[in-house]
Amino acid sequence: MIGNLLYIIFSGVAYGVLLFLMSAGLAVTQGLMRFANLAHAAFAMLGGYVAVTLMNSWGWPFLLTLPVAALATAIFAGILERLLFRRFYNVSQLYQIMLTVGIVSMSVASVTFIWGSVNQPVRMPDYLSSSIPIGNFDIDKYRLFLILAGGLVVWALIYGIDSTSFGAKVRAAVDNRRVTASCGINVDRLFMLAFFIGSALAGLGGALSVNLVGLSPTFALDFLAYVLIVVTLGGHGSMKGALAAALLLGVVDVAGKYYIPQTGPFIIYALTVIVLFWRPHGLFAKA
Amino acid sequence: MNRCRFAMLLAVVLLALGSGSVLAQQTPIRIGVIYSFSGAGGTAGKEFDDIVQLFQRQHGDTINGRKIEIIRRDDGGIAPDNAKRLAQELIVQEHVDMLTGLIFTPNAVAVGTVSTPSKTPVFIVNATTSNIMAKNPYMSRYSMTATQVTVPLAKYAYKTGMRNMYVVYMDYGPGIDSGQTFMNAFTAEGGKVAGEIRVPVSATDFSAYLQRVKDAKPDGMYIFLNASGAGTAFLKQAKAQGFDKAGIKIFCAGDLVTEQALPAIGDAAVGVISSMNYSGTHDSKLNHDFVKAFMVQSGGLPPTFGGVGTYDAFTAMYKVIAAQKGQLDPDKTMELVKNLKFESPRGPIAIDPETRDIVQNVYIRRTELKGGKLVNTEIDTYPMVKDPSEHP
Repeated sequence: MIGNLLYIIFSGVAYGVLLFLMSAGLAVTQGLMRFANLAHAAFAMLGGYVAVTLMNSWGWPFLLTLPVAALATAIFAGILERLLFRRFYNVSQLYQIMLTVGIVSMSVASVTFIWGSVNQPVRMPDYLSSSIPIGNFDIDKYRLFLILAGGLVVWALIYGIDSTSFGAKVRAAVDNRRVTASCGINVDRLFMLAFFIGSALAGLGGALSVNLVGLSPTFALDFLAYVLIVVTLGGHGSMKGALAAALLLGVVDVAGKYYIPQTGPFIIYALTVIVLFWRPHGLFAKA
Repeated sequence: MNRCRFAMLLAVVLLALGSGSVLAQQTPIRIGVIYSFSGAGGTAGKEFDDIVQLFQRQHGDTINGRKIEIIRRDDGGIAPDNAKRLAQELIVQEHVDMLTGLIFTPNAVAVGTVSTPSKTPVFIVNATTSNIMAKNPYMSRYSMTATQVTVPLAKYAYKTGMRNMYVVYMDYGPGIDSGQTFMNAFTAEGGKVAGEIRVPVSATDFSAYLQRVKDAKPDGMYIFLNASGAGTAFLKQAKAQGFDKAGIKIFCAGDLVTEQALPAIGDAAVGVISSMNYSGTHDSKLNHDFVKAFMVQSGGLPPTFGGVGTYDAFTAMYKVIAAQKGQLDPDKTMELVKNLKFESPRGPIAIDPETRDIVQNVYIRRTELKGGKLVNTEIDTYPMVKDPSEHP
């Protein structure tokens, strides 16, 4: 009984870490610019493809592909931001959504064109591909690795936001952009940097998720709803909120599937509705 | 002088004959294609195009001196309204003689509302729900039905000692059909269903479902999941959670372990038992040649059951066109369709004259690692199976 519960929490946290990595960047940029960037899920997908290509075509070791996937995604997203997105910061959110949903659709077609429609094969190194049996449970080493690696990134992020001057500026800009700008802080550049880091995280999340959930051109569409739920529950601009929301979503999703599989996807949407009733601006948002 | 006039007359006659044959060549036979080349469901579009190019390279693009023109339209995934509109456009504006394609059942049903009144023969290459054919007299099917391949698998599972099985299927039309069919067929044999789970279409993490199955300690598990993505992740997670060590055998419909999907699943596919109408390793000269030619065309990707369905639909269309000299008549076309019987890369196939549905061998395969490559080895055959739900 307790064993089952612990196993569910373990699985759920590993899944939550993935969701957090894929959503954290969006939470920050959303808070900074109020820019509804649904293409964020496509960035995660790009990270996945970069990692898979490096592994399969170039023979890179898995761990080495992770930083490169993050960097490549960030550069691509940065170019898109400079060329395209910045022109849409001051228009209504409807236009932003139309634009970025369009980019998601284009990403599905482009990825199909370049990498084909089949699921991408990944082979994990041996130290990550087996499991540790404990009783009736098999602790998947890859999930263990996800939790550890994710934990490291989470710590770095929270430290960065809480204790660096960059973090302080970001927090200030999320609270009040105009006052921050009038203090002489270049909010535009701040945003660019935040966007860059956020996209890198998405790319990392994408690369890490391939082994667990697979990678095909519909990846961006499959995860779009989850990413949006995490950002909405966490509250715009809140890193800790996004973390709490992602872990909550991961654990509730896994627990719901285990204990009451009949409810299907209902349970996470119910969770979303309940949390939003209770805290309409997200878990950690300031009222 | 006389000789000169004769020569001129001859020239006129020749010209007339010549222009006549030119005219005949100028009225092409038009085949309309409605298929999902883009969107979330458009993962098979490239294979379709490759098959059509391969087929025309092998069999030419003229029949009885008339050019075969193919007009492609993209329905963009599960979109019945779209499919219906495209069918109307192809029939009314493009004057197509026949239609082919159709991955998704809802789209096929929608096209049926146009093909029946306009008497347009439709050659379905996928759309595997049983109930399409009865309501649409101008349709014939070259893929399979989910029931057709599922019932033999349930029988095989029982035959090989499975008594207590867990059933996991995706919560959408084909998944529910397949899951229920398996449970009915398995219990009819005398087996017991240990439990069932309906997996939501949006699910990407399956660890909880797998643990639930493992807790029930069944002999085996039957799964039916969306082949793109979910199936691959599910099998990999099952391996990570020690299903092989726990001795739980995995059974599934063959679309989960196609030759294209196997590299992504990797070791986790070894030992999986599946049933299908086609395996890449099917031992016949026709199939070996087909696989070889297709892989040249596709740049190295092996063909799947979807490609073979397309290939056979084109074989069928070419056969019925060739059999009708001059004008094509839809009712004559359907008469010819009902008597079709030919060898496909998958083995012998025929069209059931009663239902216009396909009759074919169903192969039970085991996924094995052979020479460093994952393949589906045929281990049992249920010969010339008709869709059990159409023949109760």
